[in-house]
Amino acid sequence: MFKTFAKAFQSLSVALLMGLPLAASAQQMSEDASIVVEKPWARASLGTSRPGGAYLTVRNEGSESISLIGLRAEISGMASIHETRTNSDGVSSMAPADDIVIPPGGMIALEPGGYHAMLMQLQSPLVEGETFPLTLLFSDGTELEITVPVLGIGARGPEG
Amino acid sequence: MMSVAKIAAIGAAAVFAALFVGWWQVDGPGADPAPGKRPMPLTSMDFSLTDQDGQEVGPETLIGHPSLVFFGFTYCPDVCPTTLSDISGWLDELGPEAEDLRTVLITVDPDRDTVETMAEYVSYFHPQIQGWTGLPDQIAAVAEDFRATYEKVEGEDGSYTMNHTAGVFLFDATGRFVSIIDYHEPREFAVPKIRRAMQDRAEGAKS
Repeated sequence: MFKTFAKAFQSLSVALLMGLPLAASAQQMSEDASIVVEKPWARASLGTSRPGGAYLTVRNEGSESISLIGLRAEISGMASIHETRTNSDGVSSMAPADDIVIPPGGMIALEPGGYHAMLMQLQSPLVEGETFPLTLLFSDGTELEITVPVLGIGARGPEG
Repeated sequence: MMSVAKIAAIGAAAVFAALFVGWWQVDGPGADPAPGKRPMPLTSMDFSLTDQDGQEVGPETLIGHPSLVFFGFTYCPDVCPTTLSDISGWLDELGPEAEDLRTVLITVDPDRDTVETMAEYVSYFHPQIQGWTGLPDQIAAVAEDFRATYEKVEGEDGSYTMNHTAGVFLFDATGRFVSIIDYHEPREFAVPKIRRAMQDRAEGAKS
């Protein structure tokens, strides 16, 4: 009897363990399911002196336009959305982004070379294999906390 | 007394001379190379920097090998790690074929990017990637040789970031500039460009 229970418990733990990385990368959504966040990931940081970068996609499943207006993260003393631009001379610059409008049914991507979550004043390093909470702030007052997995510093996308 | 024809001829000659001087200075060989233009051949460059191991390096470190050179800085959260990851991917794909390729990140932020910082930073990417730094005037000189530009941009809270040329410069083994791989250019375009630069070496060796 006890053995069976232990075995069941063991397989449950295995299932939970295996499910963990999946849970972190699967979609995360607002309570009414109108805002869906997918493929969050961040690069591991070198200590805390340099800003970290994180990426994700946001889908608007609602019937109204919403804007992503900012970020909040305990791990960062100053989190904001930045945009990288490369001009015709091939010079890249980076600046805080304006509010990003997502039309109903639309999607925006924070991805390398475009928008990114800029995590300045890191309170602790972003360590590969760990996760951290990041809150997305929207124009309708929605605050959506998501879990961001930290990938290697050489990661190229949500798959590593 | 000069004839009308003579005056006209002199006038025309003056106009042509002015046009020629204008062309020479603006578009012709006398033009100042604008930033963003192609880099000089490595053989015409004269810079001196320090690599991640503290060794002195310069154009002679690259000449004799095909090379990839790009500018960046380690406090860069987006473009630089992306470029380094892209390059690591290209090198992985090329494998032993690219063994001879010298791949170098030159910092545009010498105040923060010391030799030790560069050593740590490049260690996270493909082992073939080197990180070079120098004194501020050495960085200014090397950027000018490559016709690369960079600029410090102050942030709100005392922090700063750097705008900089983000493309990857590709040279063949003779030091001739071959092409630029644009920032975030897809691998299916980037890898053939590198192969071409490496072939130039093979052909150069034959002749």
